[in-house]
Amino acid sequence: MAENKRTCLYDKHLELGALMSPFAGFDMPIQYSNIVTEHNAVRNEVGVFDVSHMGEVEITGPEAEKFVNYIFTNDITDAPEGKIFYGMMLYPDGGTVDDLLVYKVAENDLFLVINAGNIDKDVAWINEQAAKFDVKVDHQSDYYGQLAVQGPESEKALLDVLKIDGSDLVFYTFKKMEYDGETIIVSRTGYTGEDGFEIYASHAAINKMWDLLIAAGVQPCGLGCRDTLRFEVGLPLYGDELTAEISPIMATLGIFVKLDKGDFIGRDACAKQKEEGSAKKLVGLELKDKAIARHGYEVLQGEKVVGYVTTGYRGISVDKSLAFALVDREAGALGNELSVRIRKKVFPCEVVKKRFYKKSYKK
Amino acid sequence: MSKIIEGLYYSESHEYVKVEGNIGFIGISDYAQHELGDVVYVDMPEVDDEVSAGEEFGAVESVKAASDLISPVSGTVVEINEALEDEPGLVNKDSYENWIIKVELSDESELEKLMNAEAYKAFIGE
Repeated sequence: MAENKRTCLYDKHLELGALMSPFAGFDMPIQYSNIVTEHNAVRNEVGVFDVSHMGEVEITGPEAEKFVNYIFTNDITDAPEGKIFYGMMLYPDGGTVDDLLVYKVAENDLFLVINAGNIDKDVAWINEQAAKFDVKVDHQSDYYGQLAVQGPESEKALLDVLKIDGSDLVFYTFKKMEYDGETIIVSRTGYTGEDGFEIYASHAAINKMWDLLIAAGVQPCGLGCRDTLRFEVGLPLYGDELTAEISPIMATLGIFVKLDKGDFIGRDACAKQKEEGSAKKLVGLELKDKAIARHGYEVLQGEKVVGYVTTGYRGISVDKSLAFALVDREAGALGNELSVRIRKKVFPCEVVKKRFYKKSYKK
Repeated sequence: MSKIIEGLYYSESHEYVKVEGNIGFIGISDYAQHELGDVVYVDMPEVDDEVSAGEEFGAVESVKAASDLISPVSGTVVEINEALEDEPGLVNKDSYENWIIKVELSDESELEKLMNAEAYKAFIGE
């Protein structure tokens, strides 16, 4: 088996005594203290995550905008510089290649941020589609490290500790700026439901910023709480809520699929699913018991299996046992009484909205 | 350094049995609760259920994962620790004080197949 990759902060994680575990081909920190402490630091104050495993691809050339619009579900046409879009790359049948962010750097200059576990697949996919367009595809994952500074005090932490002023950025915008003699990217984005920033820079700069933040007492946070935080605010994780078999329409993320922007890969399949209703849909479940519905557990309506759990937790900010599940569309109506098979027992649950906890973004 | 109590019997899946008469108190070791992290749910059998040595009788769930509970001994469940239903985190506070089920042992010779404190200490590498 191939050895797992390491981020540029690997040694720092070991020094901090992190529990390390394989994730998406990388040895990543799951937790430094415990998931609850780290989760609450982000909800209430500020925490820092090493997300250097994420991939980066820059698309330039005369047809860069046209090309990205063709492989991406959201509409980037004539977007102002500094704006960020969330959306998906799809297969022709509507299944999801990946969900990603697209940063509008300049006219015909777009910076794509993709999931770590999909880097090889995505880069191959992008290159394959790019053959028909006048564009240059530059894979930059080996250059960039990335930090996510998240929580209500993140703007202050950036300013006080890193001397980075993010106050002029609103949610889903970014700027390039000079830091320590290099150009870095600072965006007001994140995956926690809280206000926060993501910083893309060289490995040396990422190490320096990490050290400063840790020395200033910012809580280091692992992938464990990254998952509980994103889950509570209803954000999908590729591999669980979006897969090659799960389209964004099924995942109820149709708002990021701009069917009227012109042709793009997967458009017709999504249009059909939207019109006719997809066979499956992603729903929220609230269990009446404390038992926890984990990924892969069966969801039942009466005796009949109608789907499976994609993610489930005992909420940390919301004191309930909650889950996302992909179920037959008719079974997934809000308020329906379903049940989840957990080991040998069956536990009743109700279909609820997927946003279990309110997001606090700086709009 | 995990807490290990003399006089208890330990299994390779990190459950312990404390024996009083023909009753076994079954729980998870301090090492196990530490490895699991914050326990948020304990799935327990019901009184009068039969448990068998080497077989699953429930689960302990932390935020991140579910871990099966494997019974170190065979017998009949005579009591479950109801305090864990409301406060599963008690397992983290003191996993020996906060046993999970009490079992009436059907075969005391099974205890001989388990580890004593010294052997368990070596088993977890401490």
